[in-house]
Amino acid sequence: MNAIHKIAVAVAGAAVLVTGAAAQTMKINGAGATFPNPIYQKWFSEYNKLHQNIEINYQSIGSGGGIQQVIKETVFFGATDGPMTADQLQGAPGKILHFPTVLGAVVPVYNLPGVTAELKFSGPVLADIFLGKVTKWNDPALVKLNAGVTLPATDITVAHRADGSGTTYIWVDYLAKLSPEWKSKVGVATSVNWPTGVGGRGNEGVSGLVKQTPGAIGYVELIYALQNKIAYGSVMNAAGEPIKASVEAVTLAAAEAAKAMPPDFRVSITNAPGKGVYPISSFTWLLLYENAKDKAQAKTMVDFVKWALTDGQKYCADLGYAPLPEAVVKLEMAALAKIKVS
Amino acid sequence: MPKSKSRSDVAFRIGTGAFGFLLIALVCGIGVILAIESMPSIQKFGLSFWRTEIWDPVAGEFGALPFIWGTLYSSVLALLIATPIALGIAIFISELCPAALRQPLVFITELLAAIPSIVYGLWGIFVLVPAVRAVETSLPASLRALPLFSGPPLGLGMLSAALILAIMVIPFISSISREVLKSVPPAQREGAYALGATRFEAIRAAVFYARTGIIGAVMLGFGRALGETMAVTMVIGNNPKVAVSLFAPQYTMAAVVANEFAEAADRLYLSALVEIGLVLFIITLIINSFSRLLIWSMARTDKVVAEPVEAEAAA
Repeated sequence: MNAIHKIAVAVAGAAVLVTGAAAQTMKINGAGATFPNPIYQKWFSEYNKLHQNIEINYQSIGSGGGIQQVIKETVFFGATDGPMTADQLQGAPGKILHFPTVLGAVVPVYNLPGVTAELKFSGPVLADIFLGKVTKWNDPALVKLNAGVTLPATDITVAHRADGSGTTYIWVDYLAKLSPEWKSKVGVATSVNWPTGVGGRGNEGVSGLVKQTPGAIGYVELIYALQNKIAYGSVMNAAGEPIKASVEAVTLAAAEAAKAMPPDFRVSITNAPGKGVYPISSFTWLLLYENAKDKAQAKTMVDFVKWALTDGQKYCADLGYAPLPEAVVKLEMAALAKIKVS
Repeated sequence: MPKSKSRSDVAFRIGTGAFGFLLIALVCGIGVILAIESMPSIQKFGLSFWRTEIWDPVAGEFGALPFIWGTLYSSVLALLIATPIALGIAIFISELCPAALRQPLVFITELLAAIPSIVYGLWGIFVLVPAVRAVETSLPASLRALPLFSGPPLGLGMLSAALILAIMVIPFISSISREVLKSVPPAQREGAYALGATRFEAIRAAVFYARTGIIGAVMLGFGRALGETMAVTMVIGNNPKVAVSLFAPQYTMAAVVANEFAEAADRLYLSALVEIGLVLFIITLIINSFSRLLIWSMARTDKVVAEPVEAEAAA
């Protein structure tokens, strides 16, 4: 009996401790895109070091899942690589705001034995390759873009993502902007009905496919190509220059887009105008309710986003993300004021 | 005392019965939830979902045919490759193997079953696919003209998927077949030898005796091949097109659900993916029932056949 009493007292004590701790620590849950997951995890852990009573949990379940969970309000915030559609916004119980956090880019990777020169691509040619209309590496369109390079008559094998992905969204969004045929036949989404090619799972699946298949072309995230030292081609931008993707060229694309930024930040910056801009770039967004039920959590998230947009941006370089341009940060700071915190 | 014993007996029966019932409830629950969640897709496409070849998330057009085809084709091919090899392993271990080699062999075949499928997938990408591509490119043009070998030699595709599935189901089929062969009464073999049978004939008699169990093992392997996801999606090429060619990249039901579910935000798209799960559930159910029926009918005829044989042996 005595022992049981002791245990009961100990359990009760532990319960008090646990609830006591819970009252002080604020836990916020979010879910969504996988692409920004590394920097989000870094941000949440760094922010927790600064504010030990705030714990933000993020599950990288994919943009689609993030949008679903925000609409169902099972998580406090979401994250997505493609902006929510008007239909999805209508389906939510309240007004959802988009906040760009960092930038990403997608690059064409290829495997062409015997060709050492770096190849140049353009939107219409990439679209024709992925439509299955350009099937040989020595197609006149490719020869014209790559004057001075001897291209072999190798068959082109197209490699694309098999899993639904924000990377695919950015890629096909770009193709659709430069090819009316792509827009009408295939369209833009995180998964599409590919006219040709083979599907690999994840960036590693696509890059593995390209590496192993002579004559293959695919697309991967810039971060992935940089970290794994995969060679990639340059792409003609709207100003007609061939640009090789770099963190700076991506930030520049966003700076150009900031000049005509819509108030809700739901903007595609593929094929952005301006010199030196890399054309296959995109924002990735956090999703927050304008008028959330839990005002304390809303206030914490607003403070966090302010930190992420300023101090937090310095972690971009290490992880290979392109930081936001000043102009966009300024617009977002103003927009954050719209969120009701009391 | 006897009274309380019978009471605990009743409690035990109710308890275990409840677990049995729980299992039935679980299976029914899965079916019902899958059906409810796929309602929008069922209402929109009806039965044409089973025979449409289009899978277009942008336009909202969905059909499961390429995935059904890919799943069944890869699984059947895998069984065609795996069954003779697995049976060979089982017969060797149980009948012919020197005693010192037996335990290591058993251990290694069972180890194959314990390897996670993602590891098989990685091995497939880096070892199997290049090897298959080398075989495909070295195939003479006259063979390449056949529909079975048409298409560009990518390495990724039906052949790689079937091979990797075969490797994955071999330990299942061979382990169970070995157990079944082990449980064949010694009298069967002794009887065969007594009648002047050679070693090969005696083994054949034992395999014949164990055939229902072996078919059960093969069907278990089939079930495993149908549902295998990760390793297959990494080597099959993930292209939803119905094709006879072994070189063509294709797709399976489990793979498309795993690949596209996380990013599917549209209601119809999601419900179409769930319906793929429902279709897989139904097909697995049909195949399992069919194999049960097969085993049951064989076991029944066995009795009729077995009796005179036993009588003969007794005589």
